[in-house]
Amino acid sequence: MFGRGTGLASLWRYLLAGLGLAALLAGILAIVYLTAPQSAPGPDISRSKKTANGLFVASFQPERGIIKQGELQSWLLTLKTVAGAPVEGAAISVSGGMPQHNHGLPTSPQATDYLGEGRYRIEGLKFTMSGVWQLRFAISAAAGSDTVVFNVVL
Amino acid sequence: MIRLSRLLALAAVLLVAGCGKPQFSDAEKNTIASLALNALPALKPDTTNRFADVPAAAALGSTLFFDQGMSHDGNVSCSTCHKIDRQFQDDLPQAVGVGRTNRRSMPLAGVARNPWFFWDGRRDSLWAQALTPLENPLEQAGNRAAFAHYIQKRFGERYERIFGPLPDLSTVPANASPLGNEAEQAAWKAMTPTQAEGVNRVFANIGKAIAAFERSIEPAQTRFDRFAIDLASGAKPKGDAAFSPEEMLGLKLFIGKANCVTCHNGPRFTDNSFHNTGVPPVKDLPLDRGRFDAVAQVEADPFNCFGAFRDGDAGACGELRFMVKAAPELVRAYKTPSLRGAATRPPYMHAGQFSSLEEVVAHYAKAEASVEGTSEVHPLQLSDHERAALVAFLKTLSE
Ligand code: HEC
Ligand code: HEC
Repeated sequence: MFGRGTGLASLWRYLLAGLGLAALLAGILAIVYLTAPQSAPGPDISRSKKTANGLFVASFQPERGIIKQGELQSWLLTLKTVAGAPVEGAAISVSGGMPQHNHGLPTSPQATDYLGEGRYRIEGLKFTMSGVWQLRFAISAAAGSDTVVFNVVL
Repeated sequence: MIRLSRLLALAAVLLVAGCGKPQFSDAEKNTIASLALNALPALKPDTTNRFADVPAAAALGSTLFFDQGMSHDGNVSCSTCHKIDRQFQDDLPQAVGVGRTNRRSMPLAGVARNPWFFWDGRRDSLWAQALTPLENPLEQAGNRAAFAHYIQKRFGERYERIFGPLPDLSTVPANASPLGNEAEQAAWKAMTPTQAEGVNRVFANIGKAIAAFERSIEPAQTRFDRFAIDLASGAKPKGDAAFSPEEMLGLKLFIGKANCVTCHNGPRFTDNSFHNTGVPPVKDLPLDRGRFDAVAQVEADPFNCFGAFRDGDAGACGELRFMVKAAPELVRAYKTPSLRGAATRPPYMHAGQFSSLEEVVAHYAKAEASVEGTSEVHPLQLSDHERAALVAFLKTLSE
């Protein structure tokens, strides 16, 4: 593609000029890279935390251990009191989305099963793109109502 | 000019290859690998259609797909709009069957992997989808009683070898359907429940046979895939797998600054989801609100996953069960189409709104507000060179 039909001398000219330009481009690229917006300090991605008003301790884990992009999957939400007792009979609703993209969840996940020891199966989750996903749980149980937000990063 | 561009190209080559600098970061390399065709998992069985992988069913389905007898006027088949030598689409802005439709025909490569069908996802399985054009007055314009009679007359023996005995159709009216014209609807209402169930069963099996055939339509390897394989293995892409600096830049933009990969992701370049991207409606076509109106339609479809004609258990109905039913973002949201092969099949978008990839890229750069609902895309600062690079990259998905 390059230098087809050109003599050795002119190839050298091209090379020299090319190197000069390359250096220039490298400089420009470096500036672009250095000034490109750096991603803000990562979101809180802990899988276990106190709910907003401190009523419960919630933890949230994929049921099969791994997150697969683009597939329906279930997660487990485990609810304990601050003293460590399992929270039973909780009503849970799920909402969320991707704050960076201004859209909600592509599915409407639900708490479908109580598995004992404070563990609830959350079914119908689907992460369709990489980025930061926010999942918000509204929980109401004998002790009262509270909310918790988990960030899931893909 | 030629000299300068040659120099620039040479400089770019030296920059990316000659100086040993990595062309792509590790994160970018991972993204590129996730888009390559070899990342496509094997096609999963469809438990809602127990004939999905039965060769005889696929063979009958293929016959029906190309059979113009499967229409009211004897002139239209699935292949009228889904042409085998045109990526199973028809190059028209809006499809034409018995009448002119309101949407663009969709190419079918990899279609069996979709959770939702049509631009708005108003069907939830490949076999339920196939029943829709058969009775749509603008497409094949038939009715299910007529299809059942036709199957018995033309393919009775083949049908029974796959699906078992046909129901007794001797007293079933020649034309009847709950969705047909007034006379067909009246005829349908006059049928006994056993007759209706028998006709519906044959109708559903037509869909299942066609779906079995469509499962074999898969995307083919492209230059991009050869490039991606070499990149992942650390080999220097050779021959047509080598990308020009422009294609390389286009790929970088696609997965980076231009954000295309947020929606066009995975080896099929689609997240299988619905988004309002601000594509304007076509003048004079009926109101089209995309996903917003499709939710009720798929829920009401008697052939959906919750219906009586599903094989297997309801565990396969997760998409329907956990579907988003009401949200402002469903307004004018359409399914993210695959971009494989897109460069060689204009026009683009759900009603053929744009006639070239240049227009598509200009649309994304400008990101005009949606006429209804809120567009999810935001304006992009793209130079002319960058726009051309995006288009050059998209072309590598068709070569
Ligand atoms: C008149 C032209 C026409 C005919 C005939 C036709 N289609 Fe289509 N097809 C379309 C159009 C247009 C769409 C998109 C329609 C929409 O979104 O409302 C489509 C969509 C589809 C889809 C959805 C693809 C996806 O990715 O969601 C499949 C599958 C399909 N058709 C298969 C078939 C089969 C099978 C037949 C025959 C039984 C058929 N079509 C007959 C025009 C046609
Ligand atoms: C927010 C999700 C989203 C983003 C981001 C996005 N797309 Fe799309 N793309 C879509 C949807 C949805 C459609 C179909 C829209 C319609 O028909 O109304 C589409 C359609 C297209 C089409 C037409 C394909 C066809 O068969 O009609 C092309 C080409 C395309 N996008 C390329 C791109 C490029 C290039 C970018 C980055 C500049 C991009 N897309 C960013 C969701 C997205």
